Amino acid sequence: MMRFVLSMLVALLLGPVAALAQDQEPLHITITDGVIEPLPFAIAGFIPETGDAGAMAGQITQVISSDLTGTGLFREIPSSAYIQNIASFDTPVKYSDWQAINAQALVVGSVAMQGGKVVVKFRLFDVFSGQQMGDGQQLAASPASWRRLAHKVADVIYSRITGEGPYFDSRVVFVSESGPKDARQKRLAVMDYDGANVTYLTDASTIVLAPRFSRDGTKVLYTTFETGFPRIKMLDVATASARLLPEVPGTMTFAPRFSPDGTKIVYSLEQNGNTDLWMMDVASGQTQRLTTSPSIETSPSFSPDGSRIVFESDRSGTQQLYIMSVQGGEATRISFGDGRYSTPVWSPRGDMIAFTKQNQGRFHIGVMRTDGSEERLLTSSFLDEGPTWSPNGRVIMFTRETPGAEGQASLYSVDISGRNLKKVPTPGPASDPAWSPLLP
Amino acid sequence: MKFAVKAVLAISILGLAACSNPDKYGSGATGPGGALGPGGAGGITQGSINDPNSPAYFAQTIGDMVHFQVDQSTLTDTARSVLTQQASWLVSHQTYTAIIEGHADEQGTREYNLALGARRASAVQEYLISQGVAANRLRTVSYGKERPLAICSTEECYSKNRRAVTVISQSAVGS
Repeated sequence: MMRFVLSMLVALLLGPVAALAQDQEPLHITITDGVIEPLPFAIAGFIPETGDAGAMAGQITQVISSDLTGTGLFREIPSSAYIQNIASFDTPVKYSDWQAINAQALVVGSVAMQGGKVVVKFRLFDVFSGQQMGDGQQLAASPASWRRLAHKVADVIYSRITGEGPYFDSRVVFVSESGPKDARQKRLAVMDYDGANVTYLTDASTIVLAPRFSRDGTKVLYTTFETGFPRIKMLDVATASARLLPEVPGTMTFAPRFSPDGTKIVYSLEQNGNTDLWMMDVASGQTQRLTTSPSIETSPSFSPDGSRIVFESDRSGTQQLYIMSVQGGEATRISFGDGRYSTPVWSPRGDMIAFTKQNQGRFHIGVMRTDGSEERLLTSSFLDEGPTWSPNGRVIMFTRETPGAEGQASLYSVDISGRNLKKVPTPGPASDPAWSPLLP
Repeated sequence: MKFAVKAVLAISILGLAACSNPDKYGSGATGPGGALGPGGAGGITQGSINDPNSPAYFAQTIGDMVHFQVDQSTLTDTARSVLTQQASWLVSHQTYTAIIEGHADEQGTREYNLALGARRASAVQEYLISQGVAANRLRTVSYGKERPLAICSTEECYSKNRRAVTVISQSAVGS
């Protein structure tokens, strides 16, 4: 579980403010659609400041490096190339030594074990303009949470250089799969965004599908067949205890999503073969029907401000994307390209919709503006589906399944520019990822 | 409409541990049973296929399964013919109830396929009711693309997976 006590002393000023900006352009990566050259950086340290911090310092350095290089935006210069030996956290940086090996960014850090906690300090330097970027910071956490400390440090570095919001300190809930294709076993699991710290939330006794986090990350909604019929269950992540939500007998309920404030759930309810969208008040269990079409309405997603819902419907004859008010009523179609559009997910920034598209026998993950313009397909494969957004709206994770009798599902991530497509490590086959918000 | 599923499931000739949970695809179905029954994991093969009163006759001689076109839930002529016989059997064997499972092939997104499977199951249910089977003896469930019968990724397998299976059991009705 997410047993975690992160006592953070954020933005504690360490040492003198660096010299004011010089003529040189400040260090910055603008993430564009084109191919970019990864920015070379060096991590001098993290230097152990107490005798027992050596191993921890090495692990923390490795996770920070892995976070940054994993974005495809950064390239680490091997320490064997370093000229200056930074022996302590306060050693003055000799910029020329780092310029000589073309390190554009330099991270200097330290790790100490103090009072049962891991204490990390770090500074970020812009090597070519010869100045510190932002204030130094100090973070502390229990030793069990050392990976979160590393993700927090990497988040600060990433954000300062790209100007984008952080996302490394986050988790992903997903479905862990095993067994043959015609008798697949599925378990709900949660892990760090990079595949570490996997915890199983359910056993393999029944089919579970399509989990989603609440915005505070404490609860997960999913669909379970434990009664023999699809039902919605709400799970408390910390305790892994879960309860079935109320149902109308004889119906099927699935595709649940929390409203941004966590007080409501939008979901699909099937009755007599017809699937519509409904809203449920979490506290009272009161329900309200949002759509009344004889077509299939499913895979809803709230806008970040909670005022609108994007969903898929085949009311036009094929699956397309629509947006309506949270009160229901008239919906506006936003997808008009070739093929079938499904599983729309509203970006946490509010400006984009990610979706699955099927066209000419291929599956794609794509993004479009909320008015349907500027559609871009980011991936193409035999079967890609179910995008989920990183907390900063820069990266999309999804399910990719391979064809055939031996076909298996894996999690992949891709930058919204379409760059940096890569497999997310999981203990076995995995599907239906849902990214948490940034952890507190 | 609550079903108390009894007896028949528990005495499968395969000797698999059965449970009262209609999710036959849960932990109780991890063995090869699914592939052996004609209707997938749900196929009840008790009795002789030559005994018109046996579940095996229903499942295999009449056929417990109908198939659908891509992304469709319309019943084909072949499907109607099978369902007419299913209805007739159910009308003359009043102690049985049925759960109609709707399934989809893998060429679709997960949640849509759940809804599509439900449409297919419902089309079968409506047809059986139109042929005289009491509505309270029928229930539907969709497995979407979660439980394919055939596992290749070509139309040959997909056409087998786009199905609705009428899974019968001897049950107390409407309790």
